[in-house]
Amino acid sequence: MIPEVGQVALALALCLALVQSVLPIAGAARGDRAWMAVARPAAQGQFLLVAIAFGCLAWSFAANDFSVLNVATNSNSHLPLHYRLAATWGSHEGSLLLWVLMLGFWTVAVTLFSRHLPQDIVARVIGVMGLVSVGFLAFMLFTSNPFDRLVPAAPDGRDLNPLLQDPGMIFHPPMLYMGYVGFSVAFAFAIAALLSGRLDATWARWSRPWTTAAWVSLTLGIALGSAWAYYELGWGGWWFWDPVENASFMPWIVGTALIHSLAVTEKRGTFKAWTVLLAILAFALSLLGTFLVRSGVLTSVHAFATDPRRGIFILAFLAVAVGGALALFAWRAQRIGAGGRFDLVSRESLLLTNNVLLMAAAGSVMLGTLYPLALDALGLGKISVGPPYFETVFLPLMAPALFLMGVGPLARWKKAELPELAVRLRWALGVSVVVALAVPFIMGRFSALVGLGIGLAAWIIASAAVSLLDRVKHASSGAGIAARLASTPRAYYGMLLAHVGVAVFVVGVTLVKGYEAEKDARMAPGDTLALGGYTYRFDSVREVQGPNYVAARATITVTKGADTVATLHPERRVYRVQEMPMTEAAIDNGVFRHLYVALAEAVGDNAWIVRVHYKPFVAWIWGGCVLMALGGILAATDRRYRALSRAPQAAAYAAALAR
Amino acid sequence: MKPRSKRIAMIAGGLAALAAAATLVLTAFQQNLVFFFTPSQVAANEAPQGRTFRIGGMVETGSVRRQPDGVTVRFIVTDTAKSIPVVYQGALPDLFKEGKGVVAQGRIGPDGVFQAKEVLAKHDENYMPPEAADAVKRAHETSRKAAQTVVGGDGR
Repeated sequence: MIPEVGQVALALALCLALVQSVLPIAGAARGDRAWMAVARPAAQGQFLLVAIAFGCLAWSFAANDFSVLNVATNSNSHLPLHYRLAATWGSHEGSLLLWVLMLGFWTVAVTLFSRHLPQDIVARVIGVMGLVSVGFLAFMLFTSNPFDRLVPAAPDGRDLNPLLQDPGMIFHPPMLYMGYVGFSVAFAFAIAALLSGRLDATWARWSRPWTTAAWVSLTLGIALGSAWAYYELGWGGWWFWDPVENASFMPWIVGTALIHSLAVTEKRGTFKAWTVLLAILAFALSLLGTFLVRSGVLTSVHAFATDPRRGIFILAFLAVAVGGALALFAWRAQRIGAGGRFDLVSRESLLLTNNVLLMAAAGSVMLGTLYPLALDALGLGKISVGPPYFETVFLPLMAPALFLMGVGPLARWKKAELPELAVRLRWALGVSVVVALAVPFIMGRFSALVGLGIGLAAWIIASAAVSLLDRVKHASSGAGIAARLASTPRAYYGMLLAHVGVAVFVVGVTLVKGYEAEKDARMAPGDTLALGGYTYRFDSVREVQGPNYVAARATITVTKGADTVATLHPERRVYRVQEMPMTEAAIDNGVFRHLYVALAEAVGDNAWIVRVHYKPFVAWIWGGCVLMALGGILAATDRRYRALSRAPQAAAYAAALAR
Repeated sequence: MKPRSKRIAMIAGGLAALAAAATLVLTAFQQNLVFFFTPSQVAANEAPQGRTFRIGGMVETGSVRRQPDGVTVRFIVTDTAKSIPVVYQGALPDLFKEGKGVVAQGRIGPDGVFQAKEVLAKHDENYMPPEAADAVKRAHETSRKAAQTVVGGDGR
C-alpha cells in the first residue's frame, strides 16, 4: 500500500511540475500576473509530493518490504536501520528520487528567498526548475521506477553493497546532490535572464548567493567522498582520478570559474555572455555527472544495451536541456552587449586568466574521463587513462592559478599598475620564498615540487594577510581597527577564508605526496615493522561478530621510542549476504600525520599481510575543503544579498565593496 | 597602447595560452594512455615491450602462490585460451579471488612474466571487471570460430 502511495505521489508531482513550468513561463511571456503567481504554490506543492514519495520509499526500506524490487535488491533484514535508510539513495532509482527531492528543496528555497525579485524573473526561474523536474520525474516513472513491485516478494533482500555501509555514505550522496542540483538555480537564473533579455549586474547579484551555496555543498560532498575512499577502500589514497570522482570534479571546477566570473559581471558588468555560458555548462556537467555515475555506463558502456530506453532518454534529456539552453544563448547573445573596458593588467584580466586556466583543467579532466568511454562505445579498443595523466596536466595548470590567487584580490578593477602591485606584495613574496626553502628541510628531504607547493600555499596566505592589512590601513569609515574590520563586508572575509582554505589544501596535498611512506609486510603475532619513525607491533587477531558480517580484528600497538602512541584495530570483514570481503582500516588521527593500518589478507598460521601507511598532513586536505566551504558560506550570507530593498544603504555598501 | 592594439594583444595572449595548454594536455594524454591486451594477444606478441599496459582475464584456479617473503605473489591470468604468468608485490585488493576476474597493470618482463605494478579492484559488487569479461568473451568467440572452421572443413 505504502509504495503505491509513493507511486501516485510521484505521478501527481509530474503533473504539478508540468503546471509549474508551463504556466509561469507562458505567463511571464504574456505578462499575465495570475499565471505567474502559480509558480510559488505549484513548486511548493510539487516538493511536498516528492517528499511524500521519498518518505514512502524510505519507509519501505525501514520496514523491510521486500515486495518492492528496489528494497529487495539493495537492503537486507539484518542491515542496521541507519544503513537501511541510507540505502534509499543507494540504488540508481533511489538516487534519482533524491535528486528530484533536492531539486524541490532548492526550488522551495527560491520561492521563499525571492521576495525582493521582480515577479517575471521569479516565475521564469521557478518555471525552468520545473522543466528540469519534469525531465527527471518522467525519467524515473518511465524507465527507473523506484516503486516497482517484485512478485512474489523475496524472503529477504540481497543487501546493500558493503562498500556503502559506512557513515560517510549516509552523508556523501545527499551533500553531493545538493551541490549538483544547486547549480540548477544558477542555470535557471541564466535562462530566465536570457528569456527576459535583461542580462545585467542585477541578474548576477541575484544568482551569486545561490551559486556559492551550491558550490559549498559540492565542495563538502566531494570532500566527504574523498574521505570515504581514504578510509574505506583500504589503500590510503584520497583521490584516484576515477571516472566517478572526475564526474563530480568537473562541475566543481566549472562552478569555481562561474563564481569568479559572476563577481566580475556583478561588479563591472563585463563577461556577461561568458558567465551565462558557464552557468549553463556547470549545470550540464552536473547532469552529465549524475548520469555517468548512475546509469552504469562507467562499469560498462554496454550497460546501455541492456536497457536502451534509459540510455536514449538520458541522451535525449541532455540534448534538450543543454542544446535548448545553448540555442537560446545563441539566439539572445547579440542582445547581451559588451561590458566595461579593462586594462591588460587589472582584476578583470586576472580573473579572466583564472577562468581560462580552470576551464582548461575542466577540459583535460573531461578528455581523460570521456575519451576511453567513447573509444569503447565505438568498439575501437579499450584504453585507460591513469592518475599520471591528470597529475602531469594539473600541476602546470594549477601552479599559475595559485600564484594569481595571491595577486587577484589586491589588483584594482579596470586598471592595475604592476610596479605598485609588486611593491605591495614584496614581503609576501619574501615570506613565501623563505617558507618554500625552509619547510622541505624541516621535513627532512628537499624536493623542488614540495618547495613549489609549499611556496605557493605560503604566497596565498601571505598575500591574503597583505590584503587584510591594506584594508585596515586605508578604510575610510571609522577610526578604530575593530570598527574598520567590522565595516568590511562579510563576502570579503569569505573570499579570504576560501583562498586560505585552498592554501591549506595545497599544503596537505604537497606534504602527503612528498613525504608519505607505505609498507606491505607479512606479520604474525609478535612481529614488528618500522615506518616513518614509528614501530608497529602485531599483537593478536581475534574473530568478532558484526550485525551482518564476521570480522578478523587485529590489535596493533604503535610505539615511538619508549612511548605507546596508539592501539589500532584494523578489521577484515566478510559480509554474509554477498560474501564480500572488506578491509576496514584503522587510523590514528593527528593534525600533522595519520598512522594508517589495514589488514589485507590472511596468509596462514595466524599471519597476515599488513599494509601500513604514514600520511603526513593528510587531514589538511579535508580541512582545506572545510575552510573553502566556510568561506563560501560567509560570502553567500553577505548582508547585501538580504538588504537590497534599502536602496541607500545598499548603494553605500556597494561602494565599500567596489574599493 | 591604443585600445585596439591592447585588445589584439589580449586575444593573442589568450590564444597562445590556450595553445600551450592544449599541447600540454594532449602530450600528457598520449604519454599516459594505457592500452588493454588480452592474454591471447600477449601470447601472440601483440603487446608492446617496455611499455606499461593492462591485461585482464580470470585468475586461474589453484595458481595463486605466495612466495616465502610473504609479500610477493605469483598467479596466472587466463582468458581460457591462453595464460600469462603474473608476479606482484604487495597486498591484493579485496575482490581478488581465484577463478574470478582480474585486471593487472604493468610491463611484460624478458622472461615472459607480467610484472604487475597494480592489481585493480573495481568499486563494484560484480567480481568481473568489464575488461576481464571482454577478454574471456573474445577468447570464446575465437575458439568458436576456429571450431566452426574445423567443422566446415570436415563437412566438405
